[in-house]
Parts: sequence; structure tokens; C-alpha cells
Amino acid sequence: MSYESFRLPLRLIALAFLTVVIQEAAVSQISIFGTSADLTPLVVMAVGLLAGSIPGAIMGFGVGLLVDLLLFQTLGVTSLLYIAIGYWSGRLRELRDPSHGLVPMGVGAAATAFAGLGMALIQFLLGVDSPVSFLLFQQIFIAVLVNTLLALPVYALVKRVVEPTLPQDPRRRRRRAYTTGGLSPLQQSRTRLGPTPRGAR
Amino acid sequence: MHSKQVRRRRAVVAALVVVSLILLTAYFGGSSNNPLHTVQRGVVTVFSPIQKGASVALSPFRDIANFFSDTFKAKSQVAGLRTEVHALQAKLAQAEYAASLNSQLSKQVGLDSSDSIASYRPVTADVTFRDPSLWYATVNVDKGTADGIRMNDPVTGDGALVGQVTAVGSNFSIVTLITDHTMAEAAQVEDPGSDTGVLVPAVGNPNQLVLQDLPRNASVQTGQIVNTVGFKAGQLQDLYPPGIPIGQVSYVGNDLANNGQVQVTPVADLRHFDVVQILTAPHAGTARAQLPTG
Repeated sequence: MSYESFRLPLRLIALAFLTVVIQEAAVSQISIFGTSADLTPLVVMAVGLLAGSIPGAIMGFGVGLLVDLLLFQTLGVTSLLYIAIGYWSGRLRELRDPSHGLVPMGVGAAATAFAGLGMALIQFLLGVDSPVSFLLFQQIFIAVLVNTLLALPVYALVKRVVEPTLPQDPRRRRRRAYTTGGLSPLQQSRTRLGPTPRGAR
Repeated sequence: MHSKQVRRRRAVVAALVVVSLILLTAYFGGSSNNPLHTVQRGVVTVFSPIQKGASVALSPFRDIANFFSDTFKAKSQVAGLRTEVHALQAKLAQAEYAASLNSQLSKQVGLDSSDSIASYRPVTADVTFRDPSLWYATVNVDKGTADGIRMNDPVTGDGALVGQVTAVGSNFSIVTLITDHTMAEAAQVEDPGSDTGVLVPAVGNPNQLVLQDLPRNASVQTGQIVNTVGFKAGQLQDLYPPGIPIGQVSYVGNDLANNGQVQVTPVADLRHFDVVQILTAPHAGTARAQLPTG
């Protein structure tokens, strides 16, 4: 086992810890339209989109467990929701390999909505004694909007942290090379075959 | 090769889901002394200094962001608050006279005032972590058993009741706010009949509580203050001392006549306070009463 093989897990552990600390110590204390942004599902989503389904699911489990531990909540609830977010973000990358720059916004919105509605569902299953206001759905909607705006910067930050440690994906390498113009099929053939003879033109 | 990868992926996800479900089941069904709670308490104790450091380090960012929202909110409140101040000044004079009369009469009658708020020792604590979710209204604070804090101690902030201590370690406490769905308090309206009921949160709306079980003919009106009741019967004592303001009646409507309930807005701004006071000691009663929540 070399240091290289530990680079991604070490970075993900540091990222998870920093995210939870910054979220709970600062971001959750800033009120925007009566609710707060939640960076944790966005970070899990970004790791899934960048690193794949297994790292995404493990990151989801870890971040969820850390949130539940540090905030003294029922253990396992947040983990369960974040595993799904990390896994499906990763599957989206593996199955579709979306390249559009706004994909993190859409996936971030879906991840936040899933976390909000999923938490409500689990709490109802565990039993709620208090009356539930319809404003719950309004609050979830506002949280989704706020997180959608934050999804791109969060994705960019996570990309800077995670991408240098990721193994090169052949599909991505090929597409990147093609789109930058450095290795188009025409240039490749010319390089391979050498200069075209004058009489052939 | 491909099927091996698929099997491995599915096995990892299944294992994580199973572990989460086991944790959830064991934690939810267990008592507060089960090993998971102990582990959780240990983890928070270890991380508490880091939480405190992070909270202090990140406070400038928090303050800048809150400056803008607070400024806009304050501007919209100015006119209403000026009117309210005039009305309250008149009420204050009457209340001071009533308080002095009450004090004299209590001494003459020999009323037991050992459960009053004056007999508690307040411990000031800083908020280090805050839960952002709509379901868990809790905050972590930086004082614990080393400072004399115990489970179920009442917590005030922003001039009103904000919650109670629901978990405590040597250097931290978890305060569950009155808007958490597990909370319920006995409360009294400052109306001519001093009507009492049970104050519960309205899940999903962090700025609203519901005062239930009021008499249907109660003379409750919008704007009246809702306080803690604070009863004491032999060894049995309410969790909260009497007379701590909790909220203000914000809407009465037909719900009072039909269901015996009114809507209450918390006095404290529960999303913004940074400092709380935990009322510790005297714990005169050996048994403390709490409304059933489940």
C-alpha cells in the first residue's frame, strides 16, 4: 500500500470533517429567508459526481454519521439519506457521464430536496407528536433554492480538493483531449501516417 | 470483471445501509444510558474544544452575513416597536406596583418561593454548533457538568425561555429548543383568567408554537404574553421556574372555541442567539415533572 492509494481517503476524511464543522459553526447560524443553507448534501453530491458511486456512498455515510454524532441526533438517520445521495450522484456519473457545467446545480437541488423530504418521511415514521405546519414544505423549497445557488461553488471547491487524487478516467481523458483540439482524429491520422504525398492531393 | 465490480458496488452500498439501519434501530429503541449514547457523548466531549475554536474563528463571517439580514429586519420593525414601547411603559408602572404588593403579601402569607427564578444560579454559555435541519432544533453550548449543569436544566436566551438541557458532558451541553418536535411545556397566558395549557411547536414553522388544551371559553387575546407555569407539589417540581416569558399570542381565531388552541410566536429569536443562560441549581424537589412527549 503506497501513500498514493491513501491520498483520496485522507482528503475525503479531511473534507468531511471540515464541511461538518463549517456547516454547524457558521453556515447554519446564518438565516436566509428564514432558513439556512446546508452544505453537507452538496459536498456528498459533489464527491459522488467526481469520484463515483462507492466513494460517494462512503462519503455520504461518513458525513451523515459525523452530523448525527456531533449534533447528538438519532444515529443513522442522516447517514441513510446521504448514502443514497452519494451513491446516485456517483451512478449518474458512471452511467451518463454528464459534461454540462450546470449539472451540479440540478443534482444539488435534487440532493437537497431528497434530504429534506427524506428527513420528513423518516421523522413521520419514527413518530411526531406535534402538529406539522404546511410551511415545512415551503421551508424545504427555500432550502432547495438556496442550495441550488451554492451548488456550483461548492462543486468547484470539492473538485479542487478531490480531482488531483483521482485516477485518470480513459473516457474523460479522450474527451478532454479532443475538445481542446490537441489530438483530433485528423491530427492523429496525420501524425500516424506522416505528411500526405504531393501527388495525392 | 464487470459483474465483479457490480457485485462489489452493491455489497458496499448494502453494507452501509444495513449499518445505518442497525445504528438507527439500536439508538432509537435504547435508553439514554445505552452504549451508543455513551460513545456519542465521548465523541462530542473530544470534539467540543474544536467546536468552540471553530465557532470563535468563524464568528466574523457569521456576523457579517447576519449584519445585513438583521439590518433589513430591524428597519421593518422600527415603527411597530416604538408603538409597543409606549404601551409597555404604561404596563411596566402597573406591573412594578403589582410586584411590590405581591412581595409584601407573599411574606405575610408565608408563600414558598423556593422555586422562583431568583433561587436559580444562571451559567452563561456560548453557542458553538447549531443544527440547520427543520426537525432537530438543537444547539451545542460550551458549558457542561464541570460548571454545574445537569440534565433538564432550563435555558433562557434573548430574554425568554429557549429550551432545556437534554444531554450533558463534562465540557458541553446539548440544548433542545422549544421549537423541537419532542418538546412540550406547561404555559400560562397573562389574561384575566391566567389560563394554562400545553405549548408545543408547529413542526416546519420555526417561528410558531401552538398553545393547546386551553379552556374553550378562555379570554385569550392577540398580543398577550405566555409564561412558564412553574408548579411545585411536595417533591414534584416543574422543570421550569414560574414567570419566564416564552412567547406572545399571535393568532386566536376560531381555533380557540373549536379546539382550545391559539398560535404563539416565541419571544426569543431562536435562530440568531449566540449566548444563553442555563439556570442551574437549586433543584429543591427530588422529582422533576415533565409533560409527556411521546
